[in-house]
Amino acid sequence: MNRLSPFNVVSLTLGFVFLYIPMLILVVYSFNASKLVTVWAGFSTQWYGELLRNEAFLDAAWVTLRVAVISSTIATVLGTMAAYVLVRGGRFFGRTLFSGMIYAPLVMPEVITGLSLLLLFIGIGLDRGVLTIVLAHTTFSMCFVSVVVSSRLVTFDRSLEEAALDLGASAFDAFRLVTLPIIAPAVISGWLLAFTLSLDDLVIASFTAGPSATTLPMKIWSSVRLGVSPEINALSTILIGLVTIGVVAASLATKRAAVQAARDEQAAARAA
Amino acid sequence: MAETVFAPWDDANEKPLIRFRNVTKRFGDFVAIDDLTLDIYEREFFALLGPSGCGKTTMMRMLAGFEDPTEGAIELAGQNIAGVPANKRAVNMMFQSYALFPHLTIWDNIAFGLRRESSDKVAIAERVDEMLKLTRLEKFARRKPHQISGGQRQRVALARSLAKAPKLLLLDEPLGALDAKLREATQFELMDIQEKTGTTFVIVTHDQEEAMTVASRVAVMDEGRVMQVATPTVIYEAPNSAYVADFIGDVTLIEGVARARSTPATGPATSAEEPAPAAQTVRTPQPNALGLWLHDKVLAPVIGARKDIVRQLPPPSATEAEPAPNAPVEVPSGGVEIDWADGQPPLISVDGDPALDGKRVKLALRPEKVAISKSKPQAVNVLQGKVIDIAYLGNLSTYHVELANGTMIKAQTANTRRVARRDITWEDNVWVSWSGTAGVVLDT
Repeated sequence: MNRLSPFNVVSLTLGFVFLYIPMLILVVYSFNASKLVTVWAGFSTQWYGELLRNEAFLDAAWVTLRVAVISSTIATVLGTMAAYVLVRGGRFFGRTLFSGMIYAPLVMPEVITGLSLLLLFIGIGLDRGVLTIVLAHTTFSMCFVSVVVSSRLVTFDRSLEEAALDLGASAFDAFRLVTLPIIAPAVISGWLLAFTLSLDDLVIASFTAGPSATTLPMKIWSSVRLGVSPEINALSTILIGLVTIGVVAASLATKRAAVQAARDEQAAARAA
Repeated sequence: MAETVFAPWDDANEKPLIRFRNVTKRFGDFVAIDDLTLDIYEREFFALLGPSGCGKTTMMRMLAGFEDPTEGAIELAGQNIAGVPANKRAVNMMFQSYALFPHLTIWDNIAFGLRRESSDKVAIAERVDEMLKLTRLEKFARRKPHQISGGQRQRVALARSLAKAPKLLLLDEPLGALDAKLREATQFELMDIQEKTGTTFVIVTHDQEEAMTVASRVAVMDEGRVMQVATPTVIYEAPNSAYVADFIGDVTLIEGVARARSTPATGPATSAEEPAPAAQTVRTPQPNALGLWLHDKVLAPVIGARKDIVRQLPPPSATEAEPAPNAPVEVPSGGVEIDWADGQPPLISVDGDPALDGKRVKLALRPEKVAISKSKPQAVNVLQGKVIDIAYLGNLSTYHVELANGTMIKAQTANTRRVARRDITWEDNVWVSWSGTAGVVLDT
């Protein structure tokens, strides 16, 4: 491999600095002993301890987690079904309209989505709480799942489904036993995307949450308005750590699977 | 005791397994299948042969149940199968891409179809093991499809489609992905398995050699129509049209005007050879266009499909002796002469149909039936020309000879000796010759 030229080294450094300096500052200050965010007073882990004793934060975290798991699961089921019909359904009346409409929420400003959902919930007299946040998150993250899954389905070899039908499987069995296991990675990454979107959503949650349910982003946002506390830094550091571990683990697993597959194929070539 | 020849298509009492009755399939304005009528019999190895886009794959997909005919009916064992979904048909298909389920092992792939209709684990295991044995895949049962070679995948696909013991197995370009050597071996394996299982096979292919090798009958298709349905020998030796002659194998087509021969051109009228069968010289009354239209559109449902008169040449007789090199040739009577160029002797075809008298025709000549020599031979048809090109193929050599009027004719010789004087070379003046029965006269 060629050595990096000075120009490349400079651009690489600038890029990384731009991306990671803010996060690095946050992580460093989460270990600050001082209560003042901008003054360094030595290393300490006390804010992590404080965080674990803060009932309000723990409640918000629990609400967020529940909302994210439930909404991303429902969104994955609905989004996969929508993608399947749009890719496989052939030409039915209004297909173009439907596929356009399913992508529209992707570009819709969140404020509008949040406001319209709020009006709907008030209109039908639904009490705002965890349920309304789940419904709202399902609505918008379903579109993302459907985009991810349909891009996989487009490249899916249709003769596999035909082979299943030909061997006597019903249409549902063909989907359950052949299509779904093969597109599972796309479905899982759709779920992860929906989960992440739900986890960090502030705007739509603010519109649809009631006094009984506050999500973590809402909690952080409202605390910061009263001044940034070191506890928030600690919480954010934990979130960064979790995301990093998740990403690294996922990429390691993918790489191992690829290596294993390559080894299997070589073994097969030798046996043949 | 002579073994009975497998030819259910010649037996009037035999019931066909599959009947296409006036099937038409349109995709929008495009006509994929054009008013097709065809019978396929039980235990046949039937090949649909044609260039891409000729409708052969559409026919197969209609049999499998992935497409429905726009008009007409398809019958399987006497039942109209239009509207029966693919998963309810006793028909299985082997896909061109094999369509093996990548997430299942070889064993589970083969068991897939069996598990859909039965939950008897012991019976399924028995059947799967039987299939693995038939296709010699026992060692690979626990592997995944990406862990085996292309030839093995092909056998898995075959085992999977045969596992449910279908009445009819469809094979869509089954050997397309294999290299030449493996393809040849697999062709024989397929024939072997077809014989062992007694299943009716319908194979789709664009490879004419493959169709000729494996099939009991071949249907040559073009633009949604069947041009000819016959055994490989008849397709090759007695094509019914210039299209079929040209599509199957190598051929030289010489165009000219036919003239019925009443008297032999040379020699006495008595013939040393068997005279052509009487059927060839008797003119069968042919319906005119109006009659055909009336029959097809009005009467067909009542009195059944029209029996097309198959103009079939007699197979070359085994006793046909090569004439001694210098003996004068006796030209048998009958057949036609073709005037093909000014100042050239007419070409004689003793089993050409005299009914073609006065029409423009094409004489189809297979290169291996045309001899080439440096001195003038004794033969029914002898022409002089110049060697333009030589293709040396190892076992054969093909010479491209240009005749006086610019017509190119191909002559082929078998290189039966390893060290031989191949004294004919480029630009040589040579004689090409062929017998009175070598060519096939085709209506243009």
